[in-house]
Amino acid sequence: MTANLQLTEDGRLRHLLTLEGLPKRILTQILDTAESFVSVGEREVKKVPLLRGKAVFNLFFENSTRTRTTFEIAAKRLSADVINLNIATSATNKGETLLDTVANLSAMQADMFVVRHASSGAPHLIARHVAPHISVVNAGDGRCAHPTQGLLDMFTIRHYKGAFHNLRVAIVGDVLHSRVARSQIHALTTLGCPEVRVVAPRTLLPRDVDSMGVHVHYTMATGIKDCDVIIMLRLQNERMQGALLPSAGEYYKYWGLTQDKLKLARPDAIVMHPGPMNRGVEIDSGVADGKHSVILPQVTFGIAVRMAVMSMVAGGGA
Amino acid sequence: MKIRIKNGRVVDPASGLDQQLDIYITAGHIVGMGSEPAGFHANAEIDAAGLVVCPGLVDLSVRLREPGLEYMATLESEMHAAAVGGITSLACPPDTDPPLDEPGLVEMLKFRAKNSPGPRVYPIGALTWKLKGERLTEMAELHEAGCMAFSQADAPIVDTTVLLRAMEYAYTFGFPLWLRPQDYYLARDGVVHDGVVSARFGLPSIPVPAETVALQTILLLVRETKARVHLCRLSSRAGVEMVRRAKEDGLPVTCDVGIHHVHLSEMDTSDFNSNCHLIPPLRSQRDRDAIRQALKDGVIDCICSDHAPVDANAKEKPFQESEAGATGVELLLPLTLKWAAEAGLSLTQALDRVTRRPAAILGVDAGQLAVGKPADLCLFDPAADWTVSNKTLASLGKNSPFLGLELQGRVRYTVIDGHIDFKAARD
Repeated sequence: MTANLQLTEDGRLRHLLTLEGLPKRILTQILDTAESFVSVGEREVKKVPLLRGKAVFNLFFENSTRTRTTFEIAAKRLSADVINLNIATSATNKGETLLDTVANLSAMQADMFVVRHASSGAPHLIARHVAPHISVVNAGDGRCAHPTQGLLDMFTIRHYKGAFHNLRVAIVGDVLHSRVARSQIHALTTLGCPEVRVVAPRTLLPRDVDSMGVHVHYTMATGIKDCDVIIMLRLQNERMQGALLPSAGEYYKYWGLTQDKLKLARPDAIVMHPGPMNRGVEIDSGVADGKHSVILPQVTFGIAVRMAVMSMVAGGGA
Repeated sequence: MKIRIKNGRVVDPASGLDQQLDIYITAGHIVGMGSEPAGFHANAEIDAAGLVVCPGLVDLSVRLREPGLEYMATLESEMHAAAVGGITSLACPPDTDPPLDEPGLVEMLKFRAKNSPGPRVYPIGALTWKLKGERLTEMAELHEAGCMAFSQADAPIVDTTVLLRAMEYAYTFGFPLWLRPQDYYLARDGVVHDGVVSARFGLPSIPVPAETVALQTILLLVRETKARVHLCRLSSRAGVEMVRRAKEDGLPVTCDVGIHHVHLSEMDTSDFNSNCHLIPPLRSQRDRDAIRQALKDGVIDCICSDHAPVDANAKEKPFQESEAGATGVELLLPLTLKWAAEAGLSLTQALDRVTRRPAAILGVDAGQLAVGKPADLCLFDPAADWTVSNKTLASLGKNSPFLGLELQGRVRYTVIDGHIDFKAARD
């Protein structure tokens, strides 16, 4: 049902809400389109006119600097007009409902909403209620999905590894609370990655996580052994409350990625992180800045991937 | 008022009767079945050809949203909707605003209900003051005001000592407690079953042990106190098995399930449909199958609608922010018939779960057709198809997981206390 909401009748991308259920064809198309946009950032005039005259509203119901900024840069490189709304501190605090806020902004001739919200499914709700000419791009909803992050991670993997069919990928850390991990898992399984592992203490894994097609590992020793790709997830400080973990120290000792543990992976393994990193909590500085790390290229690719998504949902660029 | 109901197929689970005969009603009571009483002159006649005539339904959980929650629905609207659903007696949980924790509120509700058309209304009193789970309410006073049993609705009792004392005090008077087993800490902010859907969507979840841990506590305290406890809205296979064993051990417990949990599972929440945001959460298909089996074999005694009308604004929100609940009074009969047909049960067996058995748990003289009994009847067309929609639902709550779906079985007349309370417009 969600997949239908995301695609037009002739099978093109209309909204990007989640990677779950999207066909491989669309994911590959996004990555290919992004490929063509990478060079735009390297030009002197970093602009293409694909979204000229379109109004993109960044609706951030939850605070974010990094993701909002990359969406803003991506939209501007496509020549769109960008309006940033930090709704976390405005309308909804005055009691306005989500759908009323969206209706009001629609009345301002919006063409696209980039939405971040603390509740899973909020972008789906908006997509069900917007006018037919408006597209919705999910910039992170609750613990559910962060599809553009998942896509930029796929772009990065493909860039360094060439393909997915022969890869062993480990996602390490707080999968339970991570929308990024969920999007990565859906994308990896759709793109044909034969072995996706999640590595974490049981308190940080959803109960039925294996139903998503991943292998569960509780230790780094087995979890990252012989992996081609290691994706580290951010561990938020508040996880030390509520009996999920005893301490940051113990977490780092058992699940933090150090130079020593990295030796378990394949010699040409890449290390990824969606950011922002907690050095010394989930990842050692030497690893984050080391030769296996592709963390900064991820950010660069993120702009090209968001350009690809925005141009595709707006009907061009494909 | 004297009514003759002729040509109907009369089904009475209490007596096992299932045959075509006429029913005669005088002054609120059934005065004849089959043969016409001497000197009977009907001043109203219902031709029930093609209809099933059964006892009016008894629903153990209907929120009328009064006092205090009239923005969701009103007592008049929901009593009418219940009558449209063939319900003639209903119990309303105490989670109103303020909660039903003092006799004045209960008397007011009874008074309002008595002066409105619609079913007989039996309030369930709050077990603790403000439903806070701390101080016991004046149960004896509340009983005198009309409370049939005592409950926390969906509010927790965190302190187990309070639960123990509540059972001991209720036992003193022989009052039953109606408890929905859910551990406060294990449930917390959860909105869906801890299973495949919560894994995929990252929605905060409620694991099965939230039910079983609380159930174990309740059952151990029942063993200790011998208090009568009715367990409300079971949701899990493991919970059902615990109740099965408790009943085998002879504990004085009964239990019900909400009609939506008989048909739906967590998979129905997988498109963020907030109409499937229910309390307790819809669980796995295995859990649902166990519920259906337990309902068939009698471990689960009866089905209720767990009617919770919610206004559209409160539902048109992201799933976890939406108000929980589904409208249910008009779906109880057709969904019970649907389950029975799928489970291979007879009409008599199906109707037993929504008439005689809930009446016995509520402790009221209802749910059967016999000479001398109150004339509370439901006349329905078992073959009539209808589509659940904003228009076809009489309840102010249009929040149904079944919106847009076609169901079979539509009530044509509801007779309450010897009066035709509801008569369907012919379609």
